[in-house]
Amino acid sequence: MTEKSIGKSVLRREDMRFITGKGQYTDDINLRGQAYGYFVRSPYAHADIGEVDISVATDMPGVIAVLTGQALAADEVGSLPCGWMIHSKDGSEMKQPPHPVMAAARVNYVGEPVALVVADSYMEAKNAAEVVAVDYSERDPVVAPGDARSAPAIYEDVPENTCYQWELGDREATESAIAAAAHVTSYELTNNRLIPNAMEPRAAIADFNAATEDLTLYTTSQNPHLVRLILTAFIQLAPEHRLRVIAPDVGGGFGSKIFVYSEETALAWASMKLGIAIKWTAERSESFLADAHGRDHVTTAQLAMDEQGRFLGLKVKTTANMGAYLSTFASSVPTYLYGTLLAGQYKTPNIYVEVDAVFTNTAPVDAYRGAGRPEATFLLERIVELAARETGRDPVELRRINLIQPGDFPYQTPVALEYDIGDYEASLNRALEMAEYDTFAERKAASEAKGHLRGIGFSCYIEACGLAPSQVAGQLGAGVGLWESGEVRVNPTGSVTVLTGTHSHGQGHETTFAQLVASRFGIPVDDVEVVHGDTGKLDFGLGTYGSRSLAVGGSALAKAADKVVEKGRLIAAHLLDTDAGNIDFDDGEYRVKDSNQSRTFQEIAFAAYVPHDYPLEDLEPGLAEKAFYDPGNFTYPAGTHICEVEIDPETGVVAIDRFTAVDDFGNIINPMIVEGQVHGGIAQGIGQALLETCVYDETGQLQTGSYMDYCMPRADDLPDFSVGLTNTPCTHNPVGAKGCGEAGAIGSPPAVINAITDAVGVRDIPMPATPEKIWRAIQEVRA
Amino acid sequence: MYDFNYHKPSSVDEAVELFSDLEDAVYLAGGHTLLPSMKLRLAAPTDVIDLAGISGLSGIDHAGDDLKVGALTIHDDVATSAVVRSVIPALATLASGIGDAQVRNRGTIGGSLANSDPAADYPAAVLGLNAQLVTSKRTIAADDFFTGMFETALEEGELLTEIHFPKADTAAYVKYPNPASRYATVGVFVARTSDGIRVAITGAAPSVFRATEMERALAGDFSESALDGISLDTDRMNTDLHASAEYRAHLCMVMAKRAISQIA
Repeated sequence: MTEKSIGKSVLRREDMRFITGKGQYTDDINLRGQAYGYFVRSPYAHADIGEVDISVATDMPGVIAVLTGQALAADEVGSLPCGWMIHSKDGSEMKQPPHPVMAAARVNYVGEPVALVVADSYMEAKNAAEVVAVDYSERDPVVAPGDARSAPAIYEDVPENTCYQWELGDREATESAIAAAAHVTSYELTNNRLIPNAMEPRAAIADFNAATEDLTLYTTSQNPHLVRLILTAFIQLAPEHRLRVIAPDVGGGFGSKIFVYSEETALAWASMKLGIAIKWTAERSESFLADAHGRDHVTTAQLAMDEQGRFLGLKVKTTANMGAYLSTFASSVPTYLYGTLLAGQYKTPNIYVEVDAVFTNTAPVDAYRGAGRPEATFLLERIVELAARETGRDPVELRRINLIQPGDFPYQTPVALEYDIGDYEASLNRALEMAEYDTFAERKAASEAKGHLRGIGFSCYIEACGLAPSQVAGQLGAGVGLWESGEVRVNPTGSVTVLTGTHSHGQGHETTFAQLVASRFGIPVDDVEVVHGDTGKLDFGLGTYGSRSLAVGGSALAKAADKVVEKGRLIAAHLLDTDAGNIDFDDGEYRVKDSNQSRTFQEIAFAAYVPHDYPLEDLEPGLAEKAFYDPGNFTYPAGTHICEVEIDPETGVVAIDRFTAVDDFGNIINPMIVEGQVHGGIAQGIGQALLETCVYDETGQLQTGSYMDYCMPRADDLPDFSVGLTNTPCTHNPVGAKGCGEAGAIGSPPAVINAITDAVGVRDIPMPATPEKIWRAIQEVRA
Repeated sequence: MYDFNYHKPSSVDEAVELFSDLEDAVYLAGGHTLLPSMKLRLAAPTDVIDLAGISGLSGIDHAGDDLKVGALTIHDDVATSAVVRSVIPALATLASGIGDAQVRNRGTIGGSLANSDPAADYPAAVLGLNAQLVTSKRTIAADDFFTGMFETALEEGELLTEIHFPKADTAAYVKYPNPASRYATVGVFVARTSDGIRVAITGAAPSVFRATEMERALAGDFSESALDGISLDTDRMNTDLHASAEYRAHLCMVMAKRAISQIA
């Protein structure tokens, strides 16, 4: 039996184990004789550490060791690095204060680890952690990013708490365009800080074998090889070939599990020091405090238009909060993942963006689903909306006349990126049709008849995914390459094991990649097994983030699979006594042209491993190939989101009545999985727009440290989503795919806020647009 | 959670005696406030007295005039009880909106009342319906029961055993849930009883309270418009991340009118 499964909604093969409790997450793994770790964390946002008295804790029942940040410093364990060097506009390198694995001299945010207690049981470790006596001397904290540059310096060698002052684009040309414009729209906004809230908290087990000197680290990572590389090359804990990093089933990441954190690093160090396996699983409270947060921008912008409404220039000034330390990729998020996206879908000829990245006494901020692109999209789609309203134009038509047209590709934006392909108007038109925009006025009248407000909001987004051309990334400051590896091992019976350097933590790679390879070979999807998440099994790989897995990792697999097909053709030619050029391969069969002579894929596999009749003098036996794929460009998923809301003016409560998303992700392998990714992304985007926000008080204490106060979106906050697709296949990767993981979270927030402000008749309501804010806005409009 | 001693008495008397003998004991009903507090180490009792072994503390009875609800009756039993739905449907509605299905199948009415969380739902019904709270030593009127934030008239070791709800002519409960916790940001219980109109508000202030200005206005004219012109004192209202005092005061009016519209 053969089949072509590309484009079919094959049920996710991983789901049976996930939904029946048979998954194997890090916390499910228990090693013989393992000890448990618990971290002592700073209760202060900013304080000097004096004496750390561990004597009482050390004597507590079950305690094996109490290891302080000072002990860690004495062992010369390296600082956690940031993997992307940004240069300021004056050419200087960004300021990167040391990021100790555990604080030794000073704490810089609430929740920062200062000591690790290792004990026989989790409870004993926790009990002892409570009696580690740390002598803190409090200092004034810097909390709000907008105040950071004028506040006293957190680090002596980081004046004005400024990590870098970056710029992109032509300032002079943009300012000239604005000065000469018929209309200029200005906008000030805060992109609210978010806490990632993956369902599975972070966890790790470090297991050092003193006899073999092998260190195995099980950890909740989106990119186990990157963890290994950083622990090896930068922190120098263990030689790379002696360190195995395993990221087993991982329950969601959204970016927060890209990074190398203090906890797994401290655990690895402690395991080597003590010669025992140590396990740590975050409590949810720790996740709130110490997972890298997302967003947190303060921005002002001006958009200039001519009399016909054509965009002439966009000038943006953003302050981005880095938190207390630079997390692994923090510096790249508000720069190359943000400023480069400010052209959006529009032919704006002049764009200039400046970004001041600042340090504050808050948890580190890094990539969170979308990472920079949601911030860019929110700014752009809000200011375009405001421009339409200010000039009395239909917001759809203003967008439409500024769209980059299909004939304009490849399109070079003024902010570095070159879009390869797209058809933005096709997505816009399809979305308008699905959202029934033409009858919106009737629905608005019906809402008004019952005393409610109704509004509609649009968002035409673009994102840059498929990170990335390595040489471009390197020129821009990336510390790593951004290609991907893939290996296709055909077994003697013709089943296939696929190994990928990407990592699945909810995305369904075990199904999608199986479909991709199975269809390449014309074999059943069930004959393909996907292996990921273990540096002991795989070639080096870069992991999963930035919607890159299919576009980059899938392309590597496609190339490897094609190599297998070509080798199989040589074997088939030998067996069928003809030239390879005379053999066609299709639907699982090698066939001699214009003949009924053929061999199945399975027969070829068997011949490769039992080479009794085989051209051994010309061809190695076996049938396994690998490929490393470095993309030629980013991919550019794009689309239109339309949100329609109804608001109860008495309470300000918003009901999202309709949400339409039409996305161009290029070629689709599994439509069901793509739709699921879009649903999840929109849910998170609606969460940001309506519900979620991370709040620190003026002393740097986290006010939203539990689900009692941090408001996650729930099913009853969300409508049925109406999801559609358009397709302009990516021009530069063999799969034609662009990536779909982040689009929902990127496109949706401005659509929601545009709809709410349209309904209320106000210029702006900051995110999250809570009922109280909306109610107050309604009072002001009516006053 | 720290270690503690666990006790499971089989009678109210035994429970009360245990409580008085032990150093720092707490009663455990549904555990939906106590156990999370213990897990977070905010509560650290030396002894936990589990009430689950005492028979007769759970159940709904409508033999006489009053609806009698045992203190250990779970929310879901109240929400789905045909008796409650027929005698005081608003009480069933209120119970059906507490927490989520898991909470409703563990949490108890007595636990909720004894805890007197300012954002809990049940206190609004108890005060709004002028219920009588039967304890191990006496009966307390609802008007005397709630004394402050997480404070009640229950004395040390006094165990709430049963709640007697007088039948109301009509009643309604309308709640504006906190979007994160789904506790009541504001919950308003309006009842027309033989003793007159009662309006009890939870969530808005440090403790559930009767909105006497609303009651007076409604006594003359039981309609939504009777409340026009009333402004609740924002000084007594809570302010938190989710709602200011001003917004809460406004929500009290809106929820009260919605409750009235259900039963007027």
